[in-house]
Amino acid sequence: MTDNAKNHTLGDKLMIELQGVNKWYGEFHVLKDINLSVRQGERIVLCGPSGSGKSTTIRCINRLEEHQQGRIVVDDVELTSDLKHIEAIRREVGMVFQHFNLFPHLTVLQNCTLAPMWVRNMPKREAEEVAMHYLERVRIPEQAAKYPGQLSGGQQQRVAIARALCMKPKIMLFDEPTSALDPEMVKEVLDTMIQLAESGMTMLCVTHEMGFARTVADRVIFMDRGEIIEQAPPEEFFSNPKNERTKTFLGQILNH
Amino acid sequence: MSTHVFKPDLPPPTLSVGVLGWLRANLFSNGFNTALTVLAVYLIWLMVPPVIQWAVLDANWSGTTREDCTADGACWVFIQNRLQQFMYGFYPLSQRWRVDLTVLAAVLGAVPIFVRAMPRRWIYAIGYLLVYPWLAFWLLHGGLGLQIVETSQWGGLMLTLVIAVVGIAGAMPLGILLALGRRSHMPAIRVICVTFIEFWRGVPLITVLFMSSVMLPLFLPEQISIDKLLRALIAVTLFEAAYIAEVVRGGLQAIPKGQYEAAGALGLGYWRMMGLVILPQALKLVIPGIVNTFIALFKDTSLVIIIGLFDLFNSIHQATVDPAWLGFATEGYVFAAAVYWIFCFGMSRYSMRLERRLHTGHKR
Repeated sequence: MTDNAKNHTLGDKLMIELQGVNKWYGEFHVLKDINLSVRQGERIVLCGPSGSGKSTTIRCINRLEEHQQGRIVVDDVELTSDLKHIEAIRREVGMVFQHFNLFPHLTVLQNCTLAPMWVRNMPKREAEEVAMHYLERVRIPEQAAKYPGQLSGGQQQRVAIARALCMKPKIMLFDEPTSALDPEMVKEVLDTMIQLAESGMTMLCVTHEMGFARTVADRVIFMDRGEIIEQAPPEEFFSNPKNERTKTFLGQILNH
Repeated sequence: MSTHVFKPDLPPPTLSVGVLGWLRANLFSNGFNTALTVLAVYLIWLMVPPVIQWAVLDANWSGTTREDCTADGACWVFIQNRLQQFMYGFYPLSQRWRVDLTVLAAVLGAVPIFVRAMPRRWIYAIGYLLVYPWLAFWLLHGGLGLQIVETSQWGGLMLTLVIAVVGIAGAMPLGILLALGRRSHMPAIRVICVTFIEFWRGVPLITVLFMSSVMLPLFLPEQISIDKLLRALIAVTLFEAAYIAEVVRGGLQAIPKGQYEAAGALGLGYWRMMGLVILPQALKLVIPGIVNTFIALFKDTSLVIIIGLFDLFNSIHQATVDPAWLGFATEGYVFAAAVYWIFCFGMSRYSMRLERRLHTGHKR
């Protein structure tokens, strides 16, 4: 892993802004008054026990989940039920899922060219060039003609990252990208994410990989029961957690 | 430190591979299966030789009248004699080349769609689907320089194919739209689709055909008369669309939520998400169900007999009651069964090929 991952300056522009966001699943209050600002180029890791609302939070940012109260502004566009706004934001926000969600009926290359061609109206040849560029960046250009079902989990997740990057997003969201992987494949995916962080991408990652958080995060956010309990730069977060709940959580995931 | 030495791969036992292995596994795996195999062989021996005797060895193949059928077996002279009628119905003799040309155009026009190397195959396919129906209608019905042939003169296999192809081509897109509508988040659309599907699924096709032919004219003013065949086509299409809709909905439900989310997260809108990501997967899953419906539709076309259309089955049925050929009903129905079987089996084989080709799971 590289040291220069952390040597970068943040832009002044606010890329994501959540103000007083609340959300309920039926009676269940999943997000409670979430306030969060993310600057351009900032790398944020969200952690917390399961059911704490961290996945829901990032899924609200590209409207895979709908928030019921509060304001969410992404790249100067406010998320409302207006489909135009939602699609405009989704074009600029890439997402990587826990279970990859590659399109099994398309080859790796077609997975990568689909959205640029049909959403950005990019000519096929150009889309394929872009796709090969990013497949090389995630180091699997040789798999371009294969179908997702023929790849290992780690390879599939790297394709999923390349697929999202092909849309040239300004923000990347990662929803537990390594949780469904066999242990020996976690590193190849994390390396790809670190490399992406070095390129200056604005990133929000829900992950339990604390090594990754230490290496690349500008800020670590701890959530529990739908609330942001604590946020701090990783050095401070890991060495000197202020909240009792954070200490317990870190004790549970670091001590083994 | 010691190094582990892996054991070499050995060939499997001879009795588990090859012809012997296959026989053992499939026909003689235990006492019960061995008994079944012996019984099946006995039944085949009992039934097949007499059928071959009747249909081939003792059959009459040439002649012009029933007097030529002197042997004990089947009288195929009857079929030969009436074949034209079975194929074209009462379509004027001098115009039958138009039917042949329609079929030829369908086949030749469709060939490029199945050539995978052809560039812009999709655009061609859509163009073909848009142009061919008009061409076929013009050729079969006439006008613009061609002699008009009223649909009441259409018949035989040609009419069966017209009903089946129009039914399939119409029911497929309509069924997909209904399936999407039934899963729509918009309550009005959902209610309309559910009502439509449940209405058409709830009535027998024979009733629908009967209503279209007998009841509909009662409700319409006298000067409006809709062609009888057209009414049957609309009835079959709407009826089958309801079935296709439910088959497709089954496929849509099998697509994991993650596929919708991934497509949405990439910025694909509803129609592109459905057309590029969800439907290709859902339709692939339900190929067996769709083909099942189409095969049923193909055979159900014979129900148009009750509204007086002379499709393949009705043409043959009429010929068997012709005094000149009384007593050869068996030959007629065997021939009908054979023709229906060839088409249905063809559809079934094509669907199997399609499934294999579209299988992308673990192609190594």
